[in-house]
Amino acid sequence: MMRIIAIAKRVLKELLRDKRTLALIFIAPLVILALLSYIFNVNTTTNATIGAVNVEQTLRTTLDDTSKINVKTYGDNESAKRALADEKVDAIIRNTDGDLYVTYANTDVGKTNVTKAALQGALTKNKMTQLAKAVKTMQEKLPTGRQVIQSSTSSPTIHNSYNYGDGDSTFFDKMMPIMIGFFIFLFVFLISGMALLKERTSGTLDRLLATPVKRSDIVFAYLISYGIVAIVQTLLIVGFSVTLLHVEVAGSIWLVTVTTVLIALVALSFGIFISTFAKSEFQMIQFMPIVVIPQLFFSGLIPLSAMGTWAQWLASILPLKYGASALNTVILKGGNFDNILGNLLALVVFIVILSVGNIIGLKRYRKV
Amino acid sequence: MRKTIVSLNNVQKKFGDQVVLKEANFNVQQGEIVGLIGPSGAGKSTIIKIVLGMEKANAGKALVFDTQMPNRELLNNIGYMAQADALYDVLTGYENLYFFAQMKGIKKAVIKKEIQHVSQVVELTEHLAKKVSGYSGGMKRRLSLAIALLGEPDLLILDEPTVGIDPGLKRKIWQELYHIKEAGRTILVTTHAMDEAELTDRVVLLLDGEIIADESPRELMKDYQVNSVEAVFLKAEGER
Repeated sequence: MMRIIAIAKRVLKELLRDKRTLALIFIAPLVILALLSYIFNVNTTTNATIGAVNVEQTLRTTLDDTSKINVKTYGDNESAKRALADEKVDAIIRNTDGDLYVTYANTDVGKTNVTKAALQGALTKNKMTQLAKAVKTMQEKLPTGRQVIQSSTSSPTIHNSYNYGDGDSTFFDKMMPIMIGFFIFLFVFLISGMALLKERTSGTLDRLLATPVKRSDIVFAYLISYGIVAIVQTLLIVGFSVTLLHVEVAGSIWLVTVTTVLIALVALSFGIFISTFAKSEFQMIQFMPIVVIPQLFFSGLIPLSAMGTWAQWLASILPLKYGASALNTVILKGGNFDNILGNLLALVVFIVILSVGNIIGLKRYRKV
Repeated sequence: MRKTIVSLNNVQKKFGDQVVLKEANFNVQQGEIVGLIGPSGAGKSTIIKIVLGMEKANAGKALVFDTQMPNRELLNNIGYMAQADALYDVLTGYENLYFFAQMKGIKKAVIKKEIQHVSQVVELTEHLAKKVSGYSGGMKRRLSLAIALLGEPDLLILDEPTVGIDPGLKRKIWQELYHIKEAGRTILVTTHAMDEAELTDRVVLLLDGEIIADESPRELMKDYQVNSVEAVFLKAEGER
């Protein structure tokens, strides 16, 4: 036990003196999160301008009244097309013999979708107005006193309420829990893998193993020291997100910390495990596209239920999926310990298997 | 009769198909300084790794303190200095010494005294507060040696201990090694420096994984009819 603490202390001391690595662990995630938050918040409103050619007055007015939509009228198709090419309009609606032909610039899928929805909405609205008129005419022809239909034409008011966040919630809010998990995984993976790699290439690992230290002491010491790093990192990231980026944590921050510490420990064991296959720091980096990036794809950023069975199976062997799912449950849904217990256990299983693998793996450098 | 500290009996080691050590036999007695010499790739480091238990012999027996290696507990009593400096660069010299003293299981009460002693031997006392990254090559070598000396182990295994150390300090280090020998402790040392090989009690000459000589430097020179270990070395290599 004394040796475990001594090694853990040494690992932390080395880390604290390495200012650049410290910045990478503690500052870089905050910078990236702040940038992400800015990017996703700035892009929340998509406006579209539609060029109308030969389109009847009523439809044009209804479209123009739709929020986020502007309508410009063009005399002929040629000038409208020129406007489209010059990016003055995002779509052209042309009426030929009663049918509508729509050409989209489609350089921004968001604008295309807004235009489509607006057009559909406007057509429906116009139809409804005509229908209402027709009904009114019919009613006038009916004997007085029979007003059954009247009441049903008034539409109900919609009252929105949000389980998490409010009407202004952006994609960033949804991404946030996964991003916290991902950054902790990424940076701990890199730094811990490098740390053990350095011990190996510099010969300190050999020297360490030439003392009566147990192989498990080394692995446990690394788990303890990087566990502490992860706690600090989590509190920093969550604190920063809550106070400055105004992200809401519906559940307990301590559950978030427990989850991220487990994520960090998985990343650590993973990093140490992978580092045994790398001969240099550069080779360690080469593992990132294979080991780290896919975890982000299958972490729930894109809903897993929509994916094929092979993808779901793949996700189930990637530890970040469980971590991200637990973080989602706590941060978005305010889940309690029982709700995330299964995910936490999955992370523990990863830690145990990888740690046992690492302890056995050290046998390469000393046979007992 | 003096005790046998290290004993290799028909030790064989293969890496894959390549035989790096063919039936090595030699003993190191208590209080002896034994030099392992030979060109690089001859199997010196392999012998050291087997004695330390980092590698396991494919055949034969490797005994240290009458116990079969590999054995973790025994490492308590072995001081090892590798070819690489193997130091933590961002820690100070003192922190490096303290850390390895803890790893060796030296009692807290005596750690400071131990550090003081070993750093005096290698003349690093005034540099202990500096970070190792600021050390010169020679200073790193000395610190590495100091770590091996920690805890007064009964067996010292030194892999090229005096590479990059200036002659004055080299002599001083050898004085300390004799000192250790007189205290009844044992030293196994590999070296390229032939003048150093002549300072040992016995030389084990390795060539292509085979021990071709195991005698005192003087006897060795007589056998080969030359007047330096260096000449023995060249002659033995030439005869192959």
